Amino acid sequence: MRSPYRFTLLGVAALALAAAGCSTSSPSTSSGGTNWATVTSVSAGGGMSKLVAAAKKEGTLNVIALPPTWANYGTIIKDFTAKYGIKVSSALPDGTSQQEVDTIKQKNGTAAAPDVVDVGVAVALANTSLFTPYKVSTWSAIPVAQKNSSGLWYNDYGGYMAVGYSSKFGTITSLSQLLSPKFKNAVALNGNPTAANAALNGVMMANLVEGGTASDISKGVSFFHELKAKGNFSPVSATGATIKSGSTPVVFNWDYLNLPSYVGVSNWKVFIPKNAVLGGYYAQAINKSAPHPAAARLWEEFLYSQATDGGQNLWLQGGARPVEQVAMSSNGSIDKSAAAKLPAVSGSPVFLSQGQATSAANYLATNWAKAVG
Amino acid sequence: MTVAATTTEAGARPSRAGRRLRAPAWLGTLPFLGYVGVFLLWPTGILVVDAFKNPSGSWNFGGVSTLFGPVVRGYFIGSFKLCLISAVAGAVFGALVAYAVASGKPDGAVRRFALAGSGVLAQFGGVTLAFAFQALIGPVGLLFHPSWYYSFPWGIALIYIYFQVPLMVLVFLPAIDGLKLQWREASESLGSSTWQYWRYVGGPLLAPAFFGAALLLFANALSAFATIEAWENQIAYTVPQEISTSLSSEVGLANVNAADLLAFGMIVMVAVVMTGYALLQRRAARWLR
Repeated sequence: MRSPYRFTLLGVAALALAAAGCSTSSPSTSSGGTNWATVTSVSAGGGMSKLVAAAKKEGTLNVIALPPTWANYGTIIKDFTAKYGIKVSSALPDGTSQQEVDTIKQKNGTAAAPDVVDVGVAVALANTSLFTPYKVSTWSAIPVAQKNSSGLWYNDYGGYMAVGYSSKFGTITSLSQLLSPKFKNAVALNGNPTAANAALNGVMMANLVEGGTASDISKGVSFFHELKAKGNFSPVSATGATIKSGSTPVVFNWDYLNLPSYVGVSNWKVFIPKNAVLGGYYAQAINKSAPHPAAARLWEEFLYSQATDGGQNLWLQGGARPVEQVAMSSNGSIDKSAAAKLPAVSGSPVFLSQGQATSAANYLATNWAKAVG
Repeated sequence: MTVAATTTEAGARPSRAGRRLRAPAWLGTLPFLGYVGVFLLWPTGILVVDAFKNPSGSWNFGGVSTLFGPVVRGYFIGSFKLCLISAVAGAVFGALVAYAVASGKPDGAVRRFALAGSGVLAQFGGVTLAFAFQALIGPVGLLFHPSWYYSFPWGIALIYIYFQVPLMVLVFLPAIDGLKLQWREASESLGSSTWQYWRYVGGPLLAPAFFGAALLLFANALSAFATIEAWENQIAYTVPQEISTSLSSEVGLANVNAADLLAFGMIVMVAVVMTGYALLQRRAARWLR
């Protein structure tokens, strides 16, 4: 209720206590003499069986900020443990990308430091000094634009910006329909676009629909200004709870977070506006000082496996688009029924470059509050 | 909240009493001073120093000018509007409730009930409070859907008033209790009407305490964050919300020093308000001995 600093202090104290309570551990070296902490591919480490043996010996994998309902991570973690007998210790399931790298900085040197992270590309780019290069066996199937050339980070899964809505509105096919009076206070983003990446991309998607370019988000801001002027923009950001209760019946969010199966509302529809296909992918990276270096690498191999029970198809079953989807569609390893459930796309996808994302953020910093305030 | 009550006794000659303290008594306050030092002064010091640095750690006094830029000024104006509306409305309604409570029996059930209730409700805030209103008057609320419930600052001000009124009751009641019955009798025996009593006796007596309490409500609303963040968080209207954005932005706008600078601006705002509160309390204390 009162001062925001009080909570910050509590948090700092709690972290200090948590850090003090953890014992330190040194990076492990497997019996075969391979120091997995510096190995950059499974073949360089002596093959898959050696990696599995070393990872089993470590026995644990620390992951962070992986909500069990998000992109099928609950199943992925369960399957990994079932397959290799390695315990997955999942910290801060609802954390943000920034909290992931902050935790690495605070906990490195302890056994509780995250081994791997799943972060937004902006955060990955800003923190490459914390990561160690590693190239999974299916490296060549990842599009060149979606990975760091030396293997410090690599996109894992993602989706396209979509509009989810309650079917009580009938069928929506264009954003301009949202300006009609029946959408009073109905249209929500997933957060404040000056803070949340999904919300920024929601504005950018509207921008593309309105004829703007990826380098200039101003038309998207004008759209939300109009939406607000009509009284249709909800000031509350969308969460699972607001969607279920019906207080945010129209939501701009990544398609994998906007599917009826994900939001848990049966009368929920999704569409991706024509020629405004805006992609957003997360990235995997391994902590340079991972307490379980072999388990971390085995985890990446599992996530990028194209097998029926591998990570790529598991993500797809969670409604996320795996980064190797194109390669898997052509080599036939894709789970076709899961792929068919994703919202239809027309037009070629746009991905924001780092420069475009920054200029959009800077434009929002000075204009968002003014446009919708 | 107990400020008003304690100054009624101690406010008279604090400085002279302080000088007479002997060493052992001073020792007793050390834990308190240590606590204040570690948990208030030290963090405030860090914050003020960092407010004048840039993220790479060098001095940056030019950053202060952003406080006066149109964007940041907007957040301060938003905070000011919200605090002003909720403080004025909270003070007026709270004073009326406090007067009603004070005119009841001093040990009556109504008074005890009102005081206990105010003590609880003055602390009722944050997400729970926002949810309560969401369930009542939100878009799918049980009661009704006023068209202005999301228009800043009116909708959120209504929610703030919910904890401002009970706080006002707690802070203002001692002042009303301090009105002596004899003063009323004296003015009536001199032939004054009710209006004249309030205009020339009661009003002037209560005015400093009233404005002092209103300033306290203002400061109380200024620092509130969780309630408004739960109520409307896609747009930052107030300074605490913008501080949150500066600390947690994942689109590249995170800047701890900018957050420190905003917090420094709030400290200045609170310092002005609380100085006003202290001055008014000192004046009020004269009458309440």
